[in-house]
Amino acid sequence: MKQIQVQTHPIATRVTHWLMALAILVLIGSGWRIYNASPIFGFTFPEWATLGGDVEQALALHNDPGVASAIAWHFAAMWLLAASYLGFMLWNLVSGHFRRDFLPVGAASFWRDFSAAIRFRLDHRLGEYNVVQRVAYWGVLASVAMMLLSGITIWKPVQTYPLELLFGGFQGARIVHFVFMTAIALFIVIHVALVILVPKTFVAMTLGKATADHTGER
Amino acid sequence: MDLERRRLFGGGLSMGALTLLTGCDISDHDSVQRALAAVSRFNDRVQAALFGAHKLAPTFSEAEAVKDFRYNAWYGPEKAPKLSPSDYRLTLAGMIADKTPWTVEKLYTLPQTTQITRHICVEGWSMIGKWGGAPLSTFLQRIGADLSAKYVGFECADGYYEGIDMPTALHPQTLMAFKLSDETLPTRHGYPFKMRIPTKLGFKNPKFVTTIYVTNQQPRGFWTDRGYNWFSGI
Repeated sequence: MKQIQVQTHPIATRVTHWLMALAILVLIGSGWRIYNASPIFGFTFPEWATLGGDVEQALALHNDPGVASAIAWHFAAMWLLAASYLGFMLWNLVSGHFRRDFLPVGAASFWRDFSAAIRFRLDHRLGEYNVVQRVAYWGVLASVAMMLLSGITIWKPVQTYPLELLFGGFQGARIVHFVFMTAIALFIVIHVALVILVPKTFVAMTLGKATADHTGER
Repeated sequence: MDLERRRLFGGGLSMGALTLLTGCDISDHDSVQRALAAVSRFNDRVQAALFGAHKLAPTFSEAEAVKDFRYNAWYGPEKAPKLSPSDYRLTLAGMIADKTPWTVEKLYTLPQTTQITRHICVEGWSMIGKWGGAPLSTFLQRIGADLSAKYVGFECADGYYEGIDMPTALHPQTLMAFKLSDETLPTRHGYPFKMRIPTKLGFKNPKFVTTIYVTNQQPRGFWTDRGYNWFSGI
């Protein structure tokens, strides 16, 4: 049966989505460089994947492996992420996008869609979110909130002292910051892979509208 | 593969290339560095506003204090300057009424307190230590420093230099630390004294201080000159 599907994204959603995307890329790249200065676990990130300028040049010029630039990036992009995240959340709460398209979320329906998805039997319908998608989006939005909270704890451990007790101390806050970074990075990998499979979602998120008939894009 | 999909792959590739380039390119452009420095100055103002003049840094128990405190500098501990108590003089400059230099002996006559606080490095590691010394605010009052000035600066025997805002200088936990773990501050940790400022990142705790000056012009900082944030409050 032929069926026209439409996906639209208002300008507020598109602008805040792409600002968040840019901020998160900068924060992850610079965060990996900062992590490398004092690794929590037994590994470091490859230098080419980090943000903060040429390491050899920075070491030669001022005895610093580009951590200064990485921190400057991190403490600039944090404002961009906080502002665009707040804008995204407020807009979608007020406009009803969350309520209309991302609820309800139930265990039974999640399990139904999840088992269909892992057997590649879950159809993508442009403009509709299945329960696995809904849970993934709630998860990444909650992860960003956790990043902002643990991040402010690491930035201001004296001024926000009681907050770090929730994370198990200053070093605990660093681990929480790392764990939710990993969750967001995994989300991005899956998110981008699915966008490549259904490119019209990219069109909708960029230009505002995309249409497909059901026999076309899957 | 339809045309749209091909275009998207091209877009995806150039996004990847951009991310790769950022690792070695974008950060080093002068214009990018200028923009980041402007945000860093904005962050200074935000942090000054967030700073609580009477909010104390958390203190810890004796058992949590590390006895063998980590040595940290851009040179090895064997190169740390050895200052002799007979030759050492603390020079005073700037907006200070009595600029008579101070000997170690005279510094030790200042009223002292102890604190068990946490040193947090900009790199992310942290360590709890037990420090003893004189509150900088007591010293500033004793020498007749103009407390309405904006900044206090430090010059050090190893070529290091730092500076802090006056509210932090007057904070009750900002110490001229003469002792670490109940013993005279070892040479490698900054004998005769280091600044112990638990409301600032570690690099704003200069060692081997030989000059203190009071000024309305923001003092330079060794790592700030290398791109780190000036206020660096925690």
